Amino acid sequence: MSDARTGHRRHMTTEVARARWAFIILALLFMGLFLVLPLASVFAEALSGGWQSYLAALKEPDAWSAIRLTLLTALISVPVNLVFGIAAAWAIAKYEFRGKAVLTTLVDLPFSVSPVVAGLIYVLVFGAQGWFGPWLSDHGIQIVFAVPGIVLATVFVTFPFVARELIPLMQAQGTDEEQAAVVLGASGWQTFWHVTLPNIKWGLLYGVILSNARAMGEFGAVSVVSGHIRGQTNTLPLHVEILYNEYQSAAAFAVASLLALLALVTLGIKSWVEWRHEREMRRLVELPPEPSHPRPATAAGIRTP
Amino acid sequence: MVRTRRAPSRVLPGFRLTLGYTLFYLCLIVLIPLTALAFKTFTLTWAQFWEAVTAPRVLAAYKLTFGASFIAALVNAIAGLLVAWVLVRYEFPGKKIMDALVDLPFALPTAVAGIALTAILAGNGWLGQYLEPMGIQLAFQPAGVVIALIFIGLPFVVRTVQPVLEDTEKELEEAAMCLGASRWQTFRYVIFPAIAPALLTGFAMAFARGIGEYGSVVFIAGNMPLVSEITPLIIIGKLEQYDIAGATAVASVMLIISFLLLLLINALQTWQRRWNGGAT
Repeated sequence: MSDARTGHRRHMTTEVARARWAFIILALLFMGLFLVLPLASVFAEALSGGWQSYLAALKEPDAWSAIRLTLLTALISVPVNLVFGIAAAWAIAKYEFRGKAVLTTLVDLPFSVSPVVAGLIYVLVFGAQGWFGPWLSDHGIQIVFAVPGIVLATVFVTFPFVARELIPLMQAQGTDEEQAAVVLGASGWQTFWHVTLPNIKWGLLYGVILSNARAMGEFGAVSVVSGHIRGQTNTLPLHVEILYNEYQSAAAFAVASLLALLALVTLGIKSWVEWRHEREMRRLVELPPEPSHPRPATAAGIRTP
Repeated sequence: MVRTRRAPSRVLPGFRLTLGYTLFYLCLIVLIPLTALAFKTFTLTWAQFWEAVTAPRVLAAYKLTFGASFIAALVNAIAGLLVAWVLVRYEFPGKKIMDALVDLPFALPTAVAGIALTAILAGNGWLGQYLEPMGIQLAFQPAGVVIALIFIGLPFVVRTVQPVLEDTEKELEEAAMCLGASRWQTFRYVIFPAIAPALLTGFAMAFARGIGEYGSVVFIAGNMPLVSEITPLIIIGKLEQYDIAGATAVASVMLIISFLLLLLINALQTWQRRWNGGAT
């Protein structure tokens, strides 16, 4: 950057072209090494045995049951956390009450708990030596080392996703529009459905796809509670681990490539949502300014991970 | 005026319902299970607890976990700042794709990242085959843990710094230029102070994530006791030997550290908001 002093200053607030390109190339190199290369290697390794064995690995019954269990887990945990996320965001963003900051921190808590610890706490509650373990086994109900435990652990790790997207968004939008609707005679449900939901739909979608990606890909927490029973309690990531540890590398990467595809689709939808959101925000900004109109949420609100 | 706004905001229906449901669900999924951890820990005597959390193998795991997370977060702070800078300040072909790819570690399941990084760095891998003859071995070593954590932590730094960098005012830089500052001086004294809180927040987030990370690390670490075994793996190992009390003791130490880091990150974010609020 010291080149800026001697170089030609075409723009006052940018670096000389040489420094600029050096930075760009460095950044691209770093991202290529750490992000693109691993992603590419998943597909390369998956296809190293040819298409035939790639398809064979995916058609295997254990792989199929892993796919089914992963879809089931996501299908339960995402809607459950979606309802929670909307309720929590409504309570936190639309009202003032004591202990709000504490509640917001608690909602974020599962993000900072190690996935392994997340799995462990459910073992402590529902496991054989746990709080409800003896009662559950007397009644023939199994939670840990069975599908319910996997779903619970997944719900825990994806707990904050929707709420933390919606809270800043709804806080920025304020309550003026909802109050107007209520004053005009709308019921609470109508207000939510016709006023709030259209305003938060992009943030909502964003939270849903992120929590879906995490739900389908969670490894640590699920690994602790699953028991690794082939064909029964194996999700896709666990199936990848088993194949990999059995030195079936190509098969492991074939299954992993499904998850990598999921990641790419997630990124695609995410970029699309951001693009739509920004476009709508731009349109709002271009409207003639109304002093009483609530300030639209900035795109930055939707950005933070 | 501000005070009177409080009352009308309760005009909106649903406060009891949403808050009640939020608290109920929070207790059910998060708080009660976490309490189970505390209760289980308290069934140990202090001596048992101390022995479980300070065994040489556990101490070595803390050292690796914290050391690797710290180095990885540091690398991410520098590389993440560079990536955020390039994404905000420059135009170049492929920028949109690069921007989207930053979030790959959030979207890619950690186990997939783990086996992919291992495959690249192993002796016969894309990079390993060149590095190994040079005497650089990264896979199945503590260095592999750092690599995996760099992968996992990158988006935290980029995504916290990027919006702040977008909001920095060009006028200030122009003023610095006009007053004769070099580009480096402008960065050092004008831009950097504005983004420092965000950078520190991103660093703390990447560090916190690294401490708890399991999926991407276990494949590449080699998992040798005392050398390349991370703390979450200690918990899994104890669970597999049905030493639930020991696993709980180590987990409670990790949980306390996570709490402290969460509080630190919250404080940093408050500081950042105040800092940026004051600047504009």
